[in-house]
Amino acid sequence: MSKQISQTATAPYAGQLLPDASGHFGPYGGRFVAETLMAPLEELRLAYERFRGDAEFLQELDDDLRQYVGRPSPLYHAARWSARIGGAQVWLKREDLNHTGAHKINNTIGQALLARRMGKTRIIAETGAGQHGVATATVAARLGLECVVYMGAVDIERQAANVFRMKLLGATVVPVTSGSKTLKDALNEAMRDWVTNIDNTFYIIGTVAGPHPYPAMVRDFQCVIGREAREQILRQAGRLPDALVACVGGGSNAIGLFYPFLNDDGVVLYGVEAAGAGLESGQHAAPLCAGRPGVLHGNRTYLMEDDDGQIIETHSISAGLDYPGVGPEHAWLKDSGRANYIAITDDEALQAFHDLTRIEGIIPALESSHALAYVTKLAPRLDRDKIIIVNLSGRGDKDIHTVATREGIRL
Amino acid sequence: MSRIEQCFAQLRAQGRKALIPYVTAGDPQPDVTVPLLHAMVAAGADIVELGVPFSDPMADGPVIQRASERALAHHVSLRDVLGMVREFRRRDDVTPVVLMGYLNPVEMMGYEAFAQAAQAAGVDGVLTVDLPPEEAAGLVDALRSRQLDPIFLIAPTSTLERIERICANASGFVYYVSLKGVTGAATLDVASVAARLAQIREVTSLPVGVGFGIRDAESAARVAAIADAVVVGSALVKTVEAGAGRPQEIAGHLRLQLGEMRAAMDNAVADAVKHRLRGK
Repeated sequence: MSKQISQTATAPYAGQLLPDASGHFGPYGGRFVAETLMAPLEELRLAYERFRGDAEFLQELDDDLRQYVGRPSPLYHAARWSARIGGAQVWLKREDLNHTGAHKINNTIGQALLARRMGKTRIIAETGAGQHGVATATVAARLGLECVVYMGAVDIERQAANVFRMKLLGATVVPVTSGSKTLKDALNEAMRDWVTNIDNTFYIIGTVAGPHPYPAMVRDFQCVIGREAREQILRQAGRLPDALVACVGGGSNAIGLFYPFLNDDGVVLYGVEAAGAGLESGQHAAPLCAGRPGVLHGNRTYLMEDDDGQIIETHSISAGLDYPGVGPEHAWLKDSGRANYIAITDDEALQAFHDLTRIEGIIPALESSHALAYVTKLAPRLDRDKIIIVNLSGRGDKDIHTVATREGIRL
Repeated sequence: MSRIEQCFAQLRAQGRKALIPYVTAGDPQPDVTVPLLHAMVAAGADIVELGVPFSDPMADGPVIQRASERALAHHVSLRDVLGMVREFRRRDDVTPVVLMGYLNPVEMMGYEAFAQAAQAAGVDGVLTVDLPPEEAAGLVDALRSRQLDPIFLIAPTSTLERIERICANASGFVYYVSLKGVTGAATLDVASVAARLAQIREVTSLPVGVGFGIRDAESAARVAAIADAVVVGSALVKTVEAGAGRPQEIAGHLRLQLGEMRAAMDNAVADAVKHRLRGK
């Protein structure tokens, strides 16, 4: 397994190795940052290029993923839920069972090991729901690195438990009060910190967005999801799946599942964005379904923006999907037609949240519930012998207050 | 010869350094901006830099972030900013205007359409903070074809190779960012800036401006002694912010503040010349 990160990362799809040398996925991606960050990004790229082929680094990463994260995560046949939906068989990739409860740690482990090899002593991160912040604070605690997490003031209110978890882990949580006071503003603030403290600081971005090399690097660390799922379904079901479904905010859990299947032409890919109150309402977080290409946070990609090119506020019941951009590789997969992108409303996601909880005894994260909700639309259209793998990217414990509040229940 | 080139040629002939003040367009409200530009010129500005408000100003510190937010509360768009430049040009056909902002509003308008509209409005240079030369070919071509100067930043972290690449894309002047950080951050270290300027001048004959961390007459004077231009942003935007309750008084405050910087810069440059002459 230890060699696979580099193999996966260099497997060309449709004859193209993406991103290209300067970080582009077709017209998307790239490096759109102020000049001061160009040198540190190049330093990061060189370090990553070097270590992603380094046997010792890969062995350490592999050991940590097994012993600390608890990988491989199971691929579980949700037979009862499949029967209830009627149609294709649904398999859940159980990223919710990872340490810290989501896929985020696959990436933070990798980047933190890289930070240590680069001699950086201070880690910074942005977080929306707090999952990436917790996953970052966790690895920083384990490696004894200073950790500062930027979080929108609005999100701090919404996710008090995760804020406390980060503090318990020794991280400093800095409230961001600029702009819309949510994830995008936290990312701006983390970038500002990085540009000020580049000598000793490593910025762990939590998704497959940002300037090159982040989209490629985060993808490569998250590809462990798809690699395992591919091996597991071949072993457990004897064949490749017919479809993959994953939710897309920035898109790291989706790209992690999709990427190792890109060359399997028979596998149809579905990325599920947050339709919030409905795409027609304008109150959503679905740049691929209802946005336009532009430049934000260091890359060109689909964005939620107004006619003047200002970024607009997004709406989703799921804080982890509440982001106006999306990873540039998803933008490219959309344009190329290799992946399909759809959106699921808050209400549909909530329904799936309850259904999976009651029928399978698994409480899914609200983010993952968007993917599950789409499965309930897709599976009935397919025969019973078809296979869908859905990425259960996180567990829903963090969301119980949100769900209770929404339903008028006081805890 | 572009207005910017002309401006630097004239300053060189007079043995003076350029003072380049920055304000965000539409801060604290749209009708204040054009009078502020005229007031800054009256107080001794050689070039004016006008910020285009953006929702996500990643390279800016809190002072200029808040300026963007105040302007965006009035929905000030890139088109509105060009309208302000057009209005400014009715009374001032000499002072160069540089737009400073982020790429996305320009992307949304389209490079060609933007360059055409900017030229028609009377803009002279365009600094797009989040557009390094690697990604800039399309916009640079569009600007050049309309005789607009693409202005680029050089950072303390820029390698010599990058400085060469930046200067090959730039015209008008280049802008050296005096410290690692965002706008309005800590005070600058003049000695290390001087050393970097010497490196940059080996690569280019373009005038070199210095910005980030210049907060008062004293620091402006120290930078004037070593650079071709002094860019002042956050220190002025703080004055605008303080006057947001009485916007008609902001021009007067800015005039005083800039007047002090102008005088200190001119004295510093004159002293430096005297010093050199005495040395001979």
